[in-house]
Amino acid sequence: MSDQTTSQPRTGSLTGSLSFALAPWIVAAVLLLFLPMIFQANSAITIMNQMWITVIFALAYNMLLGQGGMLSFGHAVYMGVGGFFCMHIMNWDSFERIPLPLLPVFGGLFGMGLAILVGAFSTRKAGTVFAMISLGVGELIAACSVIIVVFFGGEEGISGDRTYGLPFMGVEFLKQIEVYYLIAFWLMISAALMYLFSRTPIGRMANAVRDNPERAEFLGYSARWVRFYSFVASGFFCGVAGALFAINYEILTEENLNTASSGVILLVTFLGGVGFFFGPILGAIVFTLVQTVLSLQTELWAFYAGILFVATVMFFPGGLAGVLMMHVPAIRLGKAKLLLVPYIKTLIPAAIGILGLAALVEMIFHYRHASTGDNEMTLFWTTFDSHAVMPWIVVIAVIVIAFGVMRRNLPEMTDAWDEANHAEEG
Amino acid sequence: MNAMTGSHVPALHIDNLHKSFGKTEIIRGINLSIAPGERHAVIGPNGAGKSTLFNLITARFAASKGKVSLHGQDLAGMAPYEINRLGLSRSFQITNIFPKMSVFENIRCGLLWSMGYKYSFWNLVSRSRALTEGAEAILEQINLTARRDLPAGVLSYAEQRALEIGITIAGGADVIMLDEPTAGMSNTETDYIVDLIRKVTVGKTLVMVEHDMGVVFGLADQISVLVYGEIIATGAPEDVRGNPKVQEAYLGAALEEEH
Repeated sequence: MSDQTTSQPRTGSLTGSLSFALAPWIVAAVLLLFLPMIFQANSAITIMNQMWITVIFALAYNMLLGQGGMLSFGHAVYMGVGGFFCMHIMNWDSFERIPLPLLPVFGGLFGMGLAILVGAFSTRKAGTVFAMISLGVGELIAACSVIIVVFFGGEEGISGDRTYGLPFMGVEFLKQIEVYYLIAFWLMISAALMYLFSRTPIGRMANAVRDNPERAEFLGYSARWVRFYSFVASGFFCGVAGALFAINYEILTEENLNTASSGVILLVTFLGGVGFFFGPILGAIVFTLVQTVLSLQTELWAFYAGILFVATVMFFPGGLAGVLMMHVPAIRLGKAKLLLVPYIKTLIPAAIGILGLAALVEMIFHYRHASTGDNEMTLFWTTFDSHAVMPWIVVIAVIVIAFGVMRRNLPEMTDAWDEANHAEEG
Repeated sequence: MNAMTGSHVPALHIDNLHKSFGKTEIIRGINLSIAPGERHAVIGPNGAGKSTLFNLITARFAASKGKVSLHGQDLAGMAPYEINRLGLSRSFQITNIFPKMSVFENIRCGLLWSMGYKYSFWNLVSRSRALTEGAEAILEQINLTARRDLPAGVLSYAEQRALEIGITIAGGADVIMLDEPTAGMSNTETDYIVDLIRKVTVGKTLVMVEHDMGVVFGLADQISVLVYGEIIATGAPEDVRGNPKVQEAYLGAALEEEH
């Protein structure tokens, strides 16, 4: 019964794989440390702050979606409520005796407290029941934001001042860069703890319950309690993200609780890939860039983000992380370089074609929405008249040629892919 | 029946068990007592209610009437995980493993609770030597050591069945229930799995449901024949085989199927 597959088990010692496992963490820490020195502009720091907060939130969300198989439609509230509580701490008289870097601990505990309350009933069932309860609770708390004005501050929200806290080793967190390192510190701590959580008995059983709750029950584990503990842990880290949000922006509003925010984190996590721990990190980075950098370039950024999401769901359900990890077998076989040239020959025309399509969309948008007489538009560093015929011909020609070249080179890429993933017999 | 182990409490005791789905009565008053250490097979033609009986014992279904007790403890109203913690572990007729996890991890999941880890979030599973060694010992027993790091979903059917048995015994339960462990297998594979079952259930109570009478003859100490929701005979394999009622109800049907 054991003669059909030829793959060999990997025989790696535990200690050897441990130092190997630490490598990405060290790289990440170094990157976090040096990125602000490479991108020194204030706007870059602002973008990175937003990015790392989203990373924590997305990783926490993936504790449910990816690790535990629970689809939550109202997860913004755990981050939001954690953030609101921290805002109240900032506005509290005794705040001057609390060092600011400790605030995320409180945010985490408040997020966790809410998760304990809600999880107590929402984690009884997985699947649709859980999703619906999460949506309902999310809406409920978001609605409370305009009702319980004392806590949520109504429509204008709650604002505060982080610099009132006890100076921490002489740092008052007046400057954006100081906040950056505070966020980076908490990102490393949170990501490491969430990763370690996935390696504990409860973390492993969260995977087991996700894949096969009935089997897990017959192994002595209550699927419901396994889900509950994952939910509570996720709530904690959402609260940490909320606290960092409060520190960074010094204001929280209803927007931090509503369904749209919950939807965004689902998109971010899915875009990055739910199947791998690092997936949400990629998703948060890409989405934040789209949201900040691309939104400066075009009003239609949300449209492109939507297309990116739909394309991911349809063609790459494993997300960005899934696409990367698809290449692991070829790398293991030492054949990844076979893919390089075919990739260049196929993906560059594809990228040009996609940019051409985007140009077409922008031109249609400009043609329809620009005020009369204002026919000039600038696209890819070129200024032209959107009401003239020539630019349209050029753009359509670029699209047709680019996709034509891509199509012609596509078989080469698929052949190379098969070849690179084909193990030599024997 | 209890004389062989000296214990007076049967490992599993079924008392006047009934189960109806709507108006149809599938299980019609079953009484059965299985002694600790006994290998007991429940056989019967298709549709006799074997799987229903199995699911009633393991509380997947609630009984309409009657009761099941494990080591003298009534199992009514218990959740599967509670029954498992009392020392009963089951396999499934349809292979029921964790397909995305590695073979090793499948077994390790089976070990976690019984090794006292419970809902722990302060231990790393990879740091526990006892856990790793325990899982590896079971892999060795079920001959899947060479498949250790493969995702369970890519194993061959027979290997998945072996893994299913491995997960079932991993928690160290003393009552092992197997639901048609050889269903859909070739003769060679069946022989292999039967040997495996014999090996891994030494010193344990085994209850297995089986369609194919031939499979259980060399394995079971006691055989019960279930026909239309009733047990028509219980006894040693030779007695059951010689029983005219069994031959009429079961072997006749089996013969008809073969021709």
